[in-house]
Amino acid sequence: MTVLTPDLVDQVRENAEFNASACMNCGVCTAICPLGSEHLPRGIFRYVLLGMKEELLKQQETVFSCLLCKMCEVNCPAGVHIVENVRTLRHYFDRQAFGL
Amino acid sequence: MPLPTGDTIGILTDNLRLRRSVLPIPVESAIRWTKGLNLPRGGKRVLYTGLMYQLIPYIEDLVEAQTKLGDSWLAGLTGVGRRMNRLINVAAFLAHPSKQEQEAYDRIPRNVALLLQRAGVEFGSLYEDDLYSGALAYDLGADEALRAHAQKVYAALKKHGVQEVVTIDPHTTNMLRSVYPALIEDYDIRVRNYLEVLAEAEMLPHHRLEGDVAIHDSCVFARYEGVVAQPRLLLEGAGLTLCEPHHAGTMTWCCGGPVESLYPQKAAQQAERRVEELHAVADRGVTMCPLCYVNLQKAAQDRMRFDDISDYLLQAYEG
Repeated sequence: MTVLTPDLVDQVRENAEFNASACMNCGVCTAICPLGSEHLPRGIFRYVLLGMKEELLKQQETVFSCLLCKMCEVNCPAGVHIVENVRTLRHYFDRQAFGL
Repeated sequence: MPLPTGDTIGILTDNLRLRRSVLPIPVESAIRWTKGLNLPRGGKRVLYTGLMYQLIPYIEDLVEAQTKLGDSWLAGLTGVGRRMNRLINVAAFLAHPSKQEQEAYDRIPRNVALLLQRAGVEFGSLYEDDLYSGALAYDLGADEALRAHAQKVYAALKKHGVQEVVTIDPHTTNMLRSVYPALIEDYDIRVRNYLEVLAEAEMLPHHRLEGDVAIHDSCVFARYEGVVAQPRLLLEGAGLTLCEPHHAGTMTWCCGGPVESLYPQKAAQQAERRVEELHAVADRGVTMCPLCYVNLQKAAQDRMRFDDISDYLLQAYEG
């Protein structure tokens, strides 16, 4: 059973930018990612938008493996600020998982 | 096995907060490149290194130590290491690059200073106040530590009366030009990269260079800062034939460097893929970022040789 955290997106966002809801799930970002990760970045954004906190926290290595190279962002047809969203997620991990 | 992510970020962040750099290095290593250049201290315009090139030999030592630790029982003690690091600089015990290794990287800011002088640009240096920009803390989402550090950098610039900085590497350029304005109220420093300054100067080469060279664009230059045309203009002006790999310009491919501090093996895999692309078009490569240079050269080993763009430019444009 998956326990949902309805306000997860607000917890992640805090006062920062997180515009993942603009994503239309076309998959360009995943296809073009040099790392070839199936979760980066849209899979992880979905966990946040759906409130799947446990699943999100399992993706720690994936979130911190992103190269922040912006290849996905400059090719995103929906204008999602992918790199800033990933940084916002890292800040969330720093607070939630690492106690920094 | 990589070291625990949280403790590693904690150590890097503590260093930035306590010692003004994610990886503190001795002052003499930070300013050795200025020796003999007689640069004035401070002034309206300064050449700002952000320590990026000077840090590379220390980073390499640390990554090697990190890989060994990750494969040993000591990996479980990283949390203890973080607590110790708050009292003493643990990196000082792990990173001991030779003078020769350090001088290989000191050469780059020195090249840039000589090129700017050749272009007739007047500038000073902040010497020991030329601080690391906080780029890695920014990438890792350590926003509170970065915000406090950015204020220290800005205070150092203001103390020396700086109005304009000329940067060398893409990461420092991005931080000072595009990130700091969002962190510091009324930020008023003009930031240009030396490649932009040299391209505007329209210098003529003293010596024409020959041969093919594969160009590796930095992601940060190409997609964050729009620096794509300037290196091409300068290198082609020097006489070189530029060979564009499959991924080039604004569609360049990453060298893997950004994840080296947490996942060195992943960084090496990405560097290997990029070297294959570059080697397919030429036997020599040119880079414009210290992280790209070190990652690609390490992956290429003897297959191909990489040089920093400033090495080529100095050969061509210095009188």
